[in-house]
Amino acid sequence: MRSVAIRFGQMLLVLWAVATLLFFLFRLMPGDPTLAYIDTTFTAEQQEALKRQFGLDRSLFEQYIAYFSNVFHGEFGTSFRSKRPVFDIIFEVLPNTLALTALSITIAYVFGVLVGAWLAWKRGSVAEALGIPLVLTLRAAPEFWLGMVLLAVFAFGLGWFPSGGANSAGMTYGSTLERMTSADFLHHLILPAATLALYLQGLPLLLMRSNMLDVLQEDYVMMARMKGLPEWRILLLHAARNALLPVVTAFALGLGASVGGNVVVETVFSWPGLGRVLVDAVAGSDYPLAQGAFMFIALILIVMNFVADLLYSVLDPRVAHG
Amino acid sequence: MSTPAEGKRRRRFPSLMRALRLPENDPLAMIGVAIYVVFLLVALFADVLASDPLEILFLDDGNLAANVPPSLAFPLGTTNLGRDIYSQLIVGTRAAFVVGLTAAIAVVAVGTLVGLLAGYFGGWVDNVLMRLADIALGIPFLPFVIVLAAFLGAQTQNVVLAITVLLWPNTARVIRSQVLTLRERGFVEAARVAGSSDWRIIRVHIAPNILPLSLLYGSIAIGWAILTEASISFLGFGPSGSVSWGAMLQDAYASQALSRGSYNWFVPPGLCIVLVVVAGFFISRGYEEVLFPKLKD
Repeated sequence: MRSVAIRFGQMLLVLWAVATLLFFLFRLMPGDPTLAYIDTTFTAEQQEALKRQFGLDRSLFEQYIAYFSNVFHGEFGTSFRSKRPVFDIIFEVLPNTLALTALSITIAYVFGVLVGAWLAWKRGSVAEALGIPLVLTLRAAPEFWLGMVLLAVFAFGLGWFPSGGANSAGMTYGSTLERMTSADFLHHLILPAATLALYLQGLPLLLMRSNMLDVLQEDYVMMARMKGLPEWRILLLHAARNALLPVVTAFALGLGASVGGNVVVETVFSWPGLGRVLVDAVAGSDYPLAQGAFMFIALILIVMNFVADLLYSVLDPRVAHG
Repeated sequence: MSTPAEGKRRRRFPSLMRALRLPENDPLAMIGVAIYVVFLLVALFADVLASDPLEILFLDDGNLAANVPPSLAFPLGTTNLGRDIYSQLIVGTRAAFVVGLTAAIAVVAVGTLVGLLAGYFGGWVDNVLMRLADIALGIPFLPFVIVLAAFLGAQTQNVVLAITVLLWPNTARVIRSQVLTLRERGFVEAARVAGSSDWRIIRVHIAPNILPLSLLYGSIAIGWAILTEASISFLGFGPSGSVSWGAMLQDAYASQALSRGSYNWFVPPGLCIVLVVVAGFFISRGYEEVLFPKLKD
């Protein structure tokens, strides 16, 4: 329990540090610091209100305090381009990013775990000799390039899938849920999800394989062999269960990192998600939106790092005491 | 011919010498070394192998040589603005190596130093350094590089700086745990009892033993750095006007090379990135677990 509290404290420290870094990062940009929140196209009243809310006419220290109190209340200011609250824009695209990430990482880990265990079992075979370099090669491929190749072949060449976006133009839906369960949405989701899954599968696969190889050396596996249990039972019930533990941790880490890493895949497929919002906002000098999107991506990453840390010590009690 | 001084140095760094030997009995690692050597030669002799990658070319009939399919004159065809893709590919090797090597050296230098200090001194030094590592790992990688490149300017050194700031913790954590075990070994204890200073113990007894691990991390970091640079260039935050594989891919993507099916334009730069990055993976393959430091520290 005590170690959980310490880890939680460490997470808060990291959150505070990253938020502080962000505060100063967005004051590094060229020009007047009020530019971080105020655009000249805003009305005079809007400008006044934002100045007051973010303390822009006061000292840097007071701005820093105002920044934190605003972050706590989910106030990230108003987007320069769309003139809407940053929070609303982020919440609009967040489901798209989560759907893309969750689907692709699930496919990647199920595939990776199964194939990794199989390759460990096939140690020394032709399948291993060819499989490992292939997996490493896929892992070395830039995500956006994989996406480009898939786009050229399956969207432009064969015409099986749409070339971008999350929904066809002109479609209207009653709710987000209705939109995201429509066949049209899934049709748009397949290529970007496949790209991400191809990229992500290498880590669980290699991890599962090397864990399996370790576990198969353990005494209890030897014991099971001596008892004369069938090989598949040993693999599934004795070895795979334990080899899975680090993969579960990797899944949590991967989920957190992937939300930020989706940036390029979302850009290639014009997928309206958090990463693409960030890229567009930075490119278009929409500072409040860029800041808000960055903060959300960081929040998800840090919380998932914390979850991974906890999972690791829960699943493998030796760590907590190590 | 080896002078006495060289002989002495060789004895002092036995593990380093072992790590630098060609991995002759591992075919994949040999393939990796071969890939590195070929690309390094291409980068060195790029001027001889290619013509000006940004020159706008014209056909014999005076028309712009736009989107010409591969031919003898243009081995990989031309871009929509009439530039030679083959030349861009060759010259792009340089950008890849400049970013890859400088970032890898910086990452490994910072990571090794931090890992050494944290592992050897322990206590509050360790605590502070490892909390810094936590913070660096809590910063979303690509978003940070994008914002930094956008605010500080899209020069290569800013991309390298961003990569260094975020990637050193992985190396530092592994080096630290290695130092933790070395610190308890007999020869370190013996040196301490014999009155060696901390710095001497680190320099003479510990550093040489962790250098192979650092080199290994360097070969992986080269790959990550090249991938990152390519992603940044693709997103349009790379150094403008420079010729790199990432910039080529961005150019191809923005110029509708995908819908035209100009595979000759966007496949080669991607394959080059894959080859250089996978070479690093192949070389370090023997140390598979090292690829996943977060999970094993």
